[in-house]
Amino acid sequence: MSERETELAIEGLTGAPGIAFGRILHLASAEPQAAAVAMRGVTARATLQAAVDRARRELAALIGRSDGLAASIFEFQAALLEDGDLLEPIYVAAVEAGPAPAWTRALDGEIAAYRGSGDEALAGRAADLEDLKLRVLEALAGRTEERPRADIDGAILVADEFTPSRFFAIDWSRARGAASARGSASAHVAMLARARGVPLVVGLGPQLTRVPDGELALLDADRGALYARPSPVRLRDVETRRHAGEPDAAEIAQLRTAPAATAAGEPVQIMVNVDDPRALAAIQPEWCDGVGLTRTELLFDGRLAGEEEQYEAYVAVLDWAAGKPVIIRTLDAGGDKPILGFTPIGEANPFLGLRGLRLSLARPEVFRVQLAALARAAGRGPLKVMVPMVTRPDEFEAFRALFAEVITDLGRRGVAARLPDLGMMVETPAAALRAAEFKVDFYSIGSNDLIQYALAVARGETSVAALYDPRDPAVCELIARVVAAGRATGREVSLCGDMASDPQLVPLLLDAGLRKLSVAPSAIGTVKRAVSSYGR
Amino acid sequence: MKNNHRSVRRTLTIGNPQGLHARPAVKLTKLAKEFHAHIRVAVADGQFVNAKSPNAVMKLKARQGDAFAVEADGDDAHKAIWAIADLVARNFDE
Repeated sequence: MSERETELAIEGLTGAPGIAFGRILHLASAEPQAAAVAMRGVTARATLQAAVDRARRELAALIGRSDGLAASIFEFQAALLEDGDLLEPIYVAAVEAGPAPAWTRALDGEIAAYRGSGDEALAGRAADLEDLKLRVLEALAGRTEERPRADIDGAILVADEFTPSRFFAIDWSRARGAASARGSASAHVAMLARARGVPLVVGLGPQLTRVPDGELALLDADRGALYARPSPVRLRDVETRRHAGEPDAAEIAQLRTAPAATAAGEPVQIMVNVDDPRALAAIQPEWCDGVGLTRTELLFDGRLAGEEEQYEAYVAVLDWAAGKPVIIRTLDAGGDKPILGFTPIGEANPFLGLRGLRLSLARPEVFRVQLAALARAAGRGPLKVMVPMVTRPDEFEAFRALFAEVITDLGRRGVAARLPDLGMMVETPAAALRAAEFKVDFYSIGSNDLIQYALAVARGETSVAALYDPRDPAVCELIARVVAAGRATGREVSLCGDMASDPQLVPLLLDAGLRKLSVAPSAIGTVKRAVSSYGR
Repeated sequence: MKNNHRSVRRTLTIGNPQGLHARPAVKLTKLAKEFHAHIRVAVADGQFVNAKSPNAVMKLKARQGDAFAVEADGDDAHKAIWAIADLVARNFDE
């Protein structure tokens, strides 16, 4: 057998589950090519101008395809490419230094100035300059020539890393899956991919470059692996797994529209997780019993959204839910979700540091803006608000007191505001063990962090990945304790971590007594199917 | 002194809570570009920068409550100042 026919297996990490089979298509990386670097004189200037023009067109197209939230991120970048004061000196420098070095030097200088400005909003925008720098360098390298759009049809897209910007730019209804050499399983992009049902494998390493464009490959995101030129045995294995575990598309489509109930007829509420209001367009509110988790981190992607922008985003989710309950989680930054200029830098262990509610309480000026937007949105529909990463009852009380203050302030200004139901994420063993002592209106179990903290296993750490086991009896015990606390106090308990979206784990959660699950939009059908066969 | 009567200056106050962050900065520069006049802006007694440069306007770091000076030169200077004052008064429609 020749080398060309031998299967090449590359191991990575699951970013978002699923299986895809298709051609490999490498997306351009940001590395400038040597040819562009060596260029001087008038040609260098013209080349840089052409690259800026191309970047400008790309951004315009991207803004056209984005909603308000994403568009506002890119509009600033587009405006910088219309800024003669910024560009002209760089064009002049390009004559002597060449296009790529001139661009890199100037943008690096600006990035440093933004970062070192001592101004939070400005420092947050450094990420946009970084994104812009790469976009123009890519255009200079000539590898992001506007490929024919049909190019991505049915392909598995490969990149060194998918940034949010890059992910936004891709029409995922056409490509089948994504694979990256770097990246983390818990990054924003993984979140976006899960919500859209795009299979994503990250951390595949440099071996990925050995798979050429056009090669047929099997992306087994359930197992976090990519198989180039997959063997017949491999294909059969995946086919078997698919038939055993997953219903066909028609069955899922039928199932997801009906309310969920166990084989015995006991109703189970299936809510949906929302990370980006745009993902809601793909599903109907009738398919679910409300929104069990709205992540607000995207509103703070590289900057801090204002009250008005936040209010609009929250109202958009409430309006979509059309009278069904919506749980919005306050900013969950820190840990694996850093925000430049906001989250602490240099923590020895960010997962045990200033994150979630701890960080929000430490930065009341930012937290107040979010609480004001939430209090105003509460008048619009059945809103519930929960806080992440709580360990002690006094943290929750501090949150409640701040919320009350914000509402008093709004009242004084004559702004209509209301205190919504307040709940907590149960993500730490401490919170799970003494759940009943927290004076909350509801509990939502965040299984991802709960597993990580209970088992002392970092998510996405390859060397200990086998120890990250949602079925571990210690995890089940903690979940059961929260359910018991909910029963004893008459408070609602739901679970919104990845566990709820995994049909194979659903029986375990129902065994533990949970009757409210909040799942990724793409998992509604498969989870309802798992519920309906429970107890059969 | 031909230029003098066409040169207009006005001091405004930034009212929106987030200050002159990216979105307002983009709105301001887009509006400024609609006029022929040279338009410069400054925070309090600071350096004037080109109001048509989003990068320069961003770096002013203008915050809520800051005095915001606008200076315009050219045929449509009056119109420009009036339009910018209106945008600032509307808190950049934020």
